[in-house]
Amino acid sequence: MLHTATPLYDDLIPGGSHWSFIMRRGHVLRLIDETGGANVGMLMYNPENPLERYNMPDTLKNQHTFLLTRGHVLLSDMGRVFASIIRDDLGWHDTVSGTCNADLVAQRWGRKTYQDAHNHYHRNGFSSFLNELAKYGLGKKDLTANLNWFSKVKTDDDGNMAYVRDHSHAGATVDLRFEMDTIVVLHTCPHPLNTAAEYPSHPLRYQLFRAAPVTDADPCKISSPEATRAFANTALYHLMQP
Amino acid sequence: MIKESELHPETAQFREIVPAGEYFLKVVKTGETVRILDLEGNQAADTLFYNAHNPTERYSAVDTIREQGNVYLTAGSKLMSSENNVMLEITADTCGRHDTLGGACAAESNTTRYALEKKCMHACRDSWLVAVTEHDELGMTKRDITHNINFFMNVPVTADGGLTFADGISDAGKYVELRAEMDVLVMISNCPQLNNPCNAYNPTPIEVLVWS
Ligand SMILES: [Zn+2]
Repeated sequence: MLHTATPLYDDLIPGGSHWSFIMRRGHVLRLIDETGGANVGMLMYNPENPLERYNMPDTLKNQHTFLLTRGHVLLSDMGRVFASIIRDDLGWHDTVSGTCNADLVAQRWGRKTYQDAHNHYHRNGFSSFLNELAKYGLGKKDLTANLNWFSKVKTDDDGNMAYVRDHSHAGATVDLRFEMDTIVVLHTCPHPLNTAAEYPSHPLRYQLFRAAPVTDADPCKISSPEATRAFANTALYHLMQP
Repeated sequence: MIKESELHPETAQFREIVPAGEYFLKVVKTGETVRILDLEGNQAADTLFYNAHNPTERYSAVDTIREQGNVYLTAGSKLMSSENNVMLEITADTCGRHDTLGGACAAESNTTRYALEKKCMHACRDSWLVAVTEHDELGMTKRDITHNINFFMNVPVTADGGLTFADGISDAGKYVELRAEMDVLVMISNCPQLNNPCNAYNPTPIEVLVWS
């Protein structure tokens, strides 16, 4: 699946932090829950035109799913594939719960400022996204429904949402193969439905690999007629690219 | 939850019929009530709300469902903004359930959902884009188009994580009513979708009523 066994790059983002970078098409971003209990908020944009962004409703309704796992593709609002989930150890990741904000964090875990705690201060997902988005000239208008990797939120027959505790374990891994160049904005702040007594602070290990070429029999590409058409749209987009 | 309104259409200060494929744009003031009426049944009213004084603050589908702990909207649901404020509350609903996970149709998503050659068919996002470009004074662009409510649409989520598009549960004369908790800009695309069996491939008009 991967040309190289050793990553091109390997890094650890502390819990309760934020970071961003551009993934190039044809590369794999591996997300590893280093300690167990991680939550990774993520947003995605096209660096050539950031008005093209990850679209939760299109991703879900095209694949008739409420959860994200291996075999699914992550769609932009322009009918194209940002990334394919080519490995997933957990079977369920959330993209419908949004992210925690300053009020939510203060109410649940208390306010802890930089002056109080230096780099262990309580960051929240909303401000973290804005902080990273600003580096690309983006802002509040660009915020959209985010992904929450390693977190599970299920529903009952009446639509009541329930956060599933202890869903992710140490070493749990997700591999995302990027099909387009993508601005990846992420944070390691708590899931907004996590009710842990202490501010949950779990690091993310991430690694970069070169991806094997995508064949016509690729499991993500043929996972549904909708995904196949999204790959066709993405190929058309790349037709005129250098 | 089914809850009938005590308001009578004859006393409404404002009434407008919105044909399928058209947009509706109006400011509703704090304390006013807006009703969206499904005139012929199983029509999708794709609706966005903005703070009328600062459209950077807008309806947030994910914050709304998370804060109420339920993925469906009905009477009693408080619609939350991206800034964690209550924008409106659903005060009456004769339909019982509305979707906010399925998003709006767009020309591009029609290519993936239905067929690549459907790309030039009219879609909700096109109606919103026309709305914001015809109203320069709002200072809004595609950047402001976010995840909406699909009034009258039923998109059940299953316990094992499935998402299905069920037949409509609305009918002619059913309505949803909302009281504004801040001055809100209401932007509706009355869905022109011709590929979805939920509306029997026949998009129909809605009516919008406002009481002060
Ligand atoms: Zn539509």
